[in-house]
Amino acid sequence: MTGMNTVLRYGRSALLVEVDDVLGFQAACEAAQPEGVVELVPAARTLLVRFDPARTDSAVLARSLASLSTVDVSSRSAATVTLPVRYDGADLEDVAEAAGLSVSEVVQRHSAATYVAAFCGFAPGFAYLTGLDPALHLPRRSTPRTRVPAGAVAIAGEYSAIYPHPSPGGWHLLGHSDAQVWNVDREQPNLLVPGTLVRFEAVR
Amino acid sequence: MTGKIEILAPGPFATVQDLGRPGYAAVGVGRSGAADRGSLKLANRLVGNPETHAAIEVTLGGLRLRFSEHTTVAVTGARVPIRAGGRAAAVGAPIVLRPGDELELGVASLGLRSYLAVRGGLDVPPVLGARATDTLGKLGPPVLAAGMSLPIGSVVQGNPCVDLAPLTRLAEEPVLRLEPGPRLDWFTASALSTLLTGSYTVTSDLDRVGVRLDGPALTRARVGELAPEAAVPGALQVPPSGVPILFLADHPVTGGYPVAAVVDEDDLDLAAQLRPGQRVRFTSPTPATSD
Repeated sequence: MTGMNTVLRYGRSALLVEVDDVLGFQAACEAAQPEGVVELVPAARTLLVRFDPARTDSAVLARSLASLSTVDVSSRSAATVTLPVRYDGADLEDVAEAAGLSVSEVVQRHSAATYVAAFCGFAPGFAYLTGLDPALHLPRRSTPRTRVPAGAVAIAGEYSAIYPHPSPGGWHLLGHSDAQVWNVDREQPNLLVPGTLVRFEAVR
Repeated sequence: MTGKIEILAPGPFATVQDLGRPGYAAVGVGRSGAADRGSLKLANRLVGNPETHAAIEVTLGGLRLRFSEHTTVAVTGARVPIRAGGRAAAVGAPIVLRPGDELELGVASLGLRSYLAVRGGLDVPPVLGARATDTLGKLGPPVLAAGMSLPIGSVVQGNPCVDLAPLTRLAEEPVLRLEPGPRLDWFTASALSTLLTGSYTVTSDLDRVGVRLDGPALTRARVGELAPEAAVPGALQVPPSGVPILFLADHPVTGGYPVAAVVDEDDLDLAAQLRPGQRVRFTSPTPATSD
């Protein structure tokens, strides 16, 4: 017997489902194709299910989502993207000190992990990557930078990310990559779509 | 291409908007599009366009344009004085222009955003299927500036056949319907009644992303940080100050503050017309009445 998922109402045409395995639940939704669903938006612990109220009833959809079983996607073959990183970020030494590690240990731990693009947000193509070494879990900077350059490779909390565009940002900068993670002229503009496996490779 | 529009003055802030780019939220791209979608659609219908055509979204008036060709335009949304080819013209009515005519919007007296549709639509290059400027995601055409010109398209749906359209009533003190949001339980039990009984003021911290309100604060019942989760237009997101921010068209795709309530989607067009300094109240949705 699987447990029931918590389904929260979010206005008249969306429901927010709390799940442990967001991508697995999204895969289940995509397979079940409940009537009236128009868009699925994964986030850290939730999947937003937008629907057309003319085609389905919120209560009916909520019941079917509550009883949907997560699909195991861990064995699903996912695309792997390797991003070359020059570890020269402005916060490397601060991160090393906060983590009680040397700079080279920070680099080693950050580039040893295999990450999963869990969800996007903040900006087009900005993917939150899970799988960060717990020794590197740090709160955001107390004062965000007004400008973080495009390509900055950064960490905050349990996530790593690469900034697709120059923007303000409160994450710790470890280095930068020349990889183009976002390009609207590509058929798939976002290199790191949710579910993609990501590795960072230290380069000089 | 059947002509062009020259921007002589954009006013405080003007962009090209259509109905946006739905379906890309999972890759971090919001829908964007007209903040007041109903007014954009109406402006398009008035000039015989499909409702989806791109038009100019003007903030607080002040727009001045020159047209290269014979064309028909319409202005909807905020109440704003219009001069077209040296003559006074009305909001909500087709306006016929001759080559070289200038069109000027004065300062909006009620409401914030006007929509200027031109017959044939604005034929700027689409990005991810839409011609909307997403100010947060930095997608789509650039923010309009003096000296720019916009190509006019040629696709129309029919002929303009209405002389004057009834306009949505804009109140001095708007009332927006809202319902409990997904994270109302992160606040004390009185949070909803605080929202429903309090009077809020629209601050000048207002753009296409959202409206920062000033008024009674909500008190958190749960400490800690919420993991980022997807947002919708109309969400009342509550930052640590306790005073909500109302999300509009260019809201972040995911947000990290709890959403205490959600403004009814039928009232989002009114929310897009809120002006700095204006008072706004919230009410519970009531069953539809036949008025």
